[in-house]
Amino acid sequence: MNTWIERQRGLIDTTVANLRRRKARNLGLLLAYVLLVFLLASVVLFGDGMRREARLLLEEAPELVVQRLTAGRHDLMPAQWLERIADLRGVAAVEGRLWGYHHDAAVGANLTLQVPREAAPAAGRVHLGATLARLRGLAPGDVLSLRDHAGQPHAFVVEALLDSRSELVSADLVLLGEADFRAFFGIAAGLYTDAALRVVNPLETRTVAEKVLARLPATRVISREEMRRTYDAVFNWRQGLPLMVLSVLLAAFALLAWDKASGLSAEERREIGILKALGWDSGDVLAMKLWEGALLSLLAFLLGYTLAWLHVYYAGAPLFEPVLKGWSVLYPHFALAPEVDISRIVSLALLTVLPYVAATLVPVWRAATLDPDEVMRE
Amino acid sequence: MIFQPAALALALLLASSLNALGLAVAGLFALRMLRHWHPDIGSEAQIALERRTHLVSTLVVLSLLLSLPMLALFTHTADAMAPFFAGAMCAVGSLKANAWGLPALAVMLVGFFLAAAWLVLHRLDTRGWDQPLLLAKYRLLLLLAPLALAQAALLWLYFGGLKAEVITSCCGSLFGPAATGTLAELSALPEAIARPLFFLTLALTLAAGATLLVRGRLGRAFGVLAGLNFVVALAAIVAFIAPHIYEQPHHHCPFCLLQAEHGYAGWLLYPLLFLGTAAGLGAGLAAGVRAQSLHNEAPRLAAALARIAVAALASFGAAVSFYLWRSNLVM
Amino acid sequence: MIELVGVGKTFNPGRDNEFHAVREVSLSIEAGRVTALRGPSGSGKTTLLGLIGGLTRPSVGRLRLHGRDISALPERFLTALRRDTFGFVFQQFQLIRDLSVLDNVMLPAVPTGRPHADIRARALRLLDEVGLGRRAAARVQWLSGGEAQRAAIARALINDPPVILADEPTAHLDSALSRQILEILAELRRCGRTLVIASHDPLVFEMDLVERVVDLRDGRVLA
Ligand SMILES: Nc1ncnc2c1ncn2[C@@H]1O[C@H](COP(=O)(O)OP(=O)(O)OP(=O)(O)O)[C@@H](O)[C@H]1O
Ligand SMILES: [Mg+2]
Repeated sequence: MNTWIERQRGLIDTTVANLRRRKARNLGLLLAYVLLVFLLASVVLFGDGMRREARLLLEEAPELVVQRLTAGRHDLMPAQWLERIADLRGVAAVEGRLWGYHHDAAVGANLTLQVPREAAPAAGRVHLGATLARLRGLAPGDVLSLRDHAGQPHAFVVEALLDSRSELVSADLVLLGEADFRAFFGIAAGLYTDAALRVVNPLETRTVAEKVLARLPATRVISREEMRRTYDAVFNWRQGLPLMVLSVLLAAFALLAWDKASGLSAEERREIGILKALGWDSGDVLAMKLWEGALLSLLAFLLGYTLAWLHVYYAGAPLFEPVLKGWSVLYPHFALAPEVDISRIVSLALLTVLPYVAATLVPVWRAATLDPDEVMRE
Repeated sequence: MIFQPAALALALLLASSLNALGLAVAGLFALRMLRHWHPDIGSEAQIALERRTHLVSTLVVLSLLLSLPMLALFTHTADAMAPFFAGAMCAVGSLKANAWGLPALAVMLVGFFLAAAWLVLHRLDTRGWDQPLLLAKYRLLLLLAPLALAQAALLWLYFGGLKAEVITSCCGSLFGPAATGTLAELSALPEAIARPLFFLTLALTLAAGATLLVRGRLGRAFGVLAGLNFVVALAAIVAFIAPHIYEQPHHHCPFCLLQAEHGYAGWLLYPLLFLGTAAGLGAGLAAGVRAQSLHNEAPRLAAALARIAVAALASFGAAVSFYLWRSNLVM
Repeated sequence: MIELVGVGKTFNPGRDNEFHAVREVSLSIEAGRVTALRGPSGSGKTTLLGLIGGLTRPSVGRLRLHGRDISALPERFLTALRRDTFGFVFQQFQLIRDLSVLDNVMLPAVPTGRPHADIRARALRLLDEVGLGRRAAARVQWLSGGEAQRAAIARALINDPPVILADEPTAHLDSALSRQILEILAELRRCGRTLVIASHDPLVFEMDLVERVVDLRDGRVLA
């Protein structure tokens, strides 16, 4: 065992000396390697962070949402309908919700206007998503002016900005009081956008949904699970695209590594020949070369991953914003909650180190099995 | 492929494909080796073959190094995907989302043990001046290579065939009172039988390991017992260990153990069990080698592996005992 | 102690540049003596030295060490045996650039897995013995020819081998330096080591160092 350790130590010493001796060459490779890890890790960390945000939001969402359909289209729901499903077995609470979209010409985007379940702003006051506030240049105390359904301007005093912990989805959000909402959109009292249902036992969600449909046939029932899946799919697709780009990069990197490793310089061949003549066997040279790859990979991975982590969690991922969130003019400028996930680290390590190993293995093996008497003939 | 952990799946597919490629090369070489190897002719062709053995053994070493993270990553991915499939509660649901998940996992496990065995043979073989295990080694490689190909194929089929809208079954349909099949029968095994059986097998295995360490005997018996212990331990996890950890008499699923709600118990138990079993089987294998040129090396390697196996299996037993002791469940 | 039986080496066999560098050489090297391989350039001295030291695999014939046939040993064993038995001093010095003299001397001992500190201590002592103690930290490319050859000899001795194989040890040196190197080799002989020297330098044969001469022509031993 001790011999084994001493031998590995000797091999590592030699490897480090070799890496140092060929600084320029190895630095170039290292740089490419770090860049690759950095890009890949950034995409993955960023995509994960966004999905987590969305899911955080969904956790607060009701188990079931019931929407009235008229001729197959979403319609306002009368308050009596709420009462008709409130007494179904398994339903814990029913609540009418008020929300809607409003196109804001000033920012050129759709705003979401919503009456919060609790702590609604007082009349004439609103709470704003931080991104929207930034785009409109508004701070608490300023006035937000919007044109209502009849084209009349409505002025709201900005009371507060929304907590930016989950800014991704709240970026374009305007919270206001019920009376203001009804006046703004011209919705009569006793009508709601849709209904939110809480069920007693989450496992029975499906059964409850069936009962709701039986009692109110002209509705559509959406479960939280379904919403979650849609969200995940959306974010995933967006994460999938840059991953494609990166796999091309990965291939390019593998080629580079192959080129570096197979283009063993005459000098290097000679040196390996000397080692073999001095009593190193193929296994020793192979082990040394594998150590070289391992050290390089470890260094590149640590550097690249750390940089990506800082980039995504502390710098707000400036590189990927346009790619990943390009669907909206409202670029959320939010900070993702830092997280270290071992499975991500393992998979990123596999994705970056394996191509390197695969590309260098054969050239390394070829070098290691050079004839030991090659140095004698010069 | 619409599912959540794209990076995880991509990593798995890449790893298994490269692994398959490497072992396919190794398998083809094994065929050549078995046909053309003549140890006492120093011809160029022989020297070329000998060179290539270095490539092949490196490939298998890397494959083994890869198999453990892959196994862990695959189960984790399945677990992480569970919220995606209607009906799935844990890894089982995701694995059963199509026909390829569970076979892929099984092939991975077998591949891990075989690669470990191969490395034991290789290690011994390279230490005997007459390379006494050369043929055995390359014959085993002929088994490993197709397995690696199968593993990659199954993973591609599995991930490629995943559909988010699939309604799968939860673990209760596989391990539980309502289920049918061998696994369900395991769940129905009463604790009064399963518990003594589990501890007895483990104790016998550890005793054989200790004998191998102290007296240098019972090596092969230890290998056999380590294998038996693996099967019994898995059955015991389903039958009573898992329910005790969940504190629910009818929850037998061995995969839910991997989840955060249960303190990641599976991430402690399974690695210990796998490591202990692989080392135990390896020790048995090494102890069974009778070649004259290895009369020093084989017992030495057997002892080294037995030390690892005994330590891992004893820790496994201790961890299980701890979970049982902590549990409030009376079955 | 080393026996060659009908050993031959053919380069590029079966191709049109096929070349028989050594043909059917049977030879035995006796322990504790100095044997010299002599012959004109291209006569096969270097190739034969490589065959004797297990560096070159013979195309035909058998190689025995202490009576044991080692021609068909797997590489791993052959290398270990070679490492423990032979120290090589090559025709060109074959030191590795940009490494220190000390690092170069330590290289052959790395695969043995002996403790680093032991190897280092022995390397420093050997460098002292060949008069290079003060240049241990210097990079090898700054050494003069004589110093480089002495470093190469120290390197050949790091694993304490009983046999030293030296290929043209005086080829790149003037006569004063050559004498110095031969003096060191003579000292090794006095310590009980076996020496095999390949050379066509008359100086080597003038000194009474060489105890047995093997003459080579076109890859054959002259009777
Ligand atoms: N790898 C090789 N391929 C083909 N021919 C070779 C090879 N190595 C050596 N030779 C040839 O074998 C012959 C013997 O070479 P060797 O180096 O043994 O001679 P030598 O006696 O050491 O010569 P010198 O005194 O010039 O060093 C030479 O003609 C050389 O060209
Ligand atoms: Mg020569």
